[in-house]
Amino acid sequence: MNKVSKMADIDIRAVRKSYGKTQTLHGVDLCFASGEFVVILGPSGCGKSTLLRMIAGLEEITAGEIAINRRVVNRLEPRERGCAMVFQNYALYPHMTVAQNIGYALKVASVPKVERERRIKETAKVVGLCEYLTRKPAALSGGQRQRVAMARAIIREPKVFLFDEPLSNLDAKLRVTMRAEIRKLHQRLSATSIFVTHDQVEAMTLADKLVVMNKGHVEQVGQPLDIYHRPASVFVASFIGSPAMNLFDTRVEVDTASVRIGAAQVPIDPALAARLRGRDLTIGIRPEQCVVLPDGGRVPAKIDFIEELGSGRVVHAEMGDQTFAAVIGEHVNVRAGDRIGLELPSSQLHFFDRDSGRRIDMEINSSVPQQVAGASTLAIAH
Amino acid sequence: MIQRTPIADAFTYVLMVLGFILLIGPFIVILAGASQTLQQINSVPFHFLPQDRFLENASAAWSRANLGTAMTNSLIMACLVTFGKVALSACTAFAIVFFRTPLKHLFFWMVFITLMLPLEVRVVPTYAVAADLFEPFRLLISALTGTEISVEWNLLNSYAGLTLPLIATATGTFLYRQFFMTLPDELAEAARMDGSGPVRFFVDMLMPLSRTNMLALTTIMFVYGWNQYLWPLLMITDPTYKTTMMSLGALLPSENSLPDWNVTLAGSLIIMAPPLIVVAVLQRWFVRGLVATEK
Repeated sequence: MNKVSKMADIDIRAVRKSYGKTQTLHGVDLCFASGEFVVILGPSGCGKSTLLRMIAGLEEITAGEIAINRRVVNRLEPRERGCAMVFQNYALYPHMTVAQNIGYALKVASVPKVERERRIKETAKVVGLCEYLTRKPAALSGGQRQRVAMARAIIREPKVFLFDEPLSNLDAKLRVTMRAEIRKLHQRLSATSIFVTHDQVEAMTLADKLVVMNKGHVEQVGQPLDIYHRPASVFVASFIGSPAMNLFDTRVEVDTASVRIGAAQVPIDPALAARLRGRDLTIGIRPEQCVVLPDGGRVPAKIDFIEELGSGRVVHAEMGDQTFAAVIGEHVNVRAGDRIGLELPSSQLHFFDRDSGRRIDMEINSSVPQQVAGASTLAIAH
Repeated sequence: MIQRTPIADAFTYVLMVLGFILLIGPFIVILAGASQTLQQINSVPFHFLPQDRFLENASAAWSRANLGTAMTNSLIMACLVTFGKVALSACTAFAIVFFRTPLKHLFFWMVFITLMLPLEVRVVPTYAVAADLFEPFRLLISALTGTEISVEWNLLNSYAGLTLPLIATATGTFLYRQFFMTLPDELAEAARMDGSGPVRFFVDMLMPLSRTNMLALTTIMFVYGWNQYLWPLLMITDPTYKTTMMSLGALLPSENSLPDWNVTLAGSLIIMAPPLIVVAVLQRWFVRGLVATEK
């Protein structure tokens, strides 16, 4: 098998899924390039696993098309699609040894025994399982089982790797190590990988391309940092980033070119203010971008409580009836109950339309949100 | 009972011992009686100690009831019933649990209903079918085309006739269904991703995983098949197909002959032996297969 045929690009065109009358995917359009590491992120029930299982061939596609390497696979059996999948609960065959588990796909494909054993050994070496080949899955730890599941996927030399929340059953420390191993493995094998998760840290660290989904719609597609800095909707803004972005419902006051947050007014660009006249807005600012001044500032607030993170602190404050989070360094000397001032740099504000939840941008040629907006109109039209 | 007082303990033990005597009593009578002479067994009171005449009694019983043929027939029948039933149960449960078809529920309930129709209830229609397999088809064809065809085939006096009506029931299906339902869906999906089709999945995954289940069912079905009385009695007229349960009658002393109950008891002990051996060998798996699922 040569290098080129190992990789595959994936086209997902207007894919829908319904179970009876309930529709769970409302027209998804996505395009993944060869060798890309794609992470699909979303809360539980957003349809991300369904989408993955449709690519794998485990769920039927209600409408639309999925093409792998420009070949439409809607009617193909899972084994004909060239995908390998790692399941959340590993789904190892409990009665087989590690070696048999890893080699089962080859056995089914009638690969001769000698070659099979050679490839089992090679694969076991890649994931570091050489000493465990004769054990049964029940005698392995969580991380080792995870490795067997990965070896089982690797040995088939698939064109596409599908990961269905593979790390969520591991403890926090192991999760970090396995995350790094998955990333390393991807660099080594360079097959297209699709990784489904609800953990934003996994998503941010692993992805070349991040897809954020919510309620059966794609909310935003882009590079992780892009999505972090320019969330396309209120949902993405609140879902990505920890602590979550501060969001306030407000309106623009055109005369003073400012927005009202709590009792205070924050000035914004006059041109933007003119454009946003009369619209119901939601504005957001990341906790990391707020500046806390112990001796009063533009926005007065009172500290509710403080969370210690070690590397910094999260200040939870109240201003009027709004709650607010801000990340501060260790050197800022504040305590719960203190009255403080907040500085909200207007360049760091995100503006969203309150009805649609969509981002409002000054730049017209922002390609990413437009692509997504197209998908969502499609969905609304249905 | 959570509290442990001497009185409660004593009471429990009395109950247990009584239950034990109740269960083991008849068996001791058989064991003792089968090894006694004619005089000993007819003496009053009965001696509960085994004597040394078992082999003589056994050989008398063996030749009187022609147990050689009967045992062979019963063994063949029990094995066929066991094998057929285990295979059929596994396949139907596989179909019901792992396949999504529109008529799934209809089939499930059809299988379920057979539980309410044991052989004893449907013995007359079953006999009618076994006696003339093509009758329904003949009627249908003559009603549709008016032509009479004279094909006749019956299952009377054959192993097929002995076993088939006993195989076609649902008892084992539910045992398998319960087990298959405990397997995670991902197992089947992982096998599909690995390229294995349904048959392969059945052979490579389900069969080895359900081994304890299979052995438990084997135990039950062997005893069930061995103990069949009514159906062979109706079905078999040819003495070469007689089963042991039918030969039991021949072992009873007739009205005007010697009351040689020792021979009768020795014969029943022989007849009892095969299911006892099967249960003794398989009891470890039997309990495990019914109580817990191996993970």
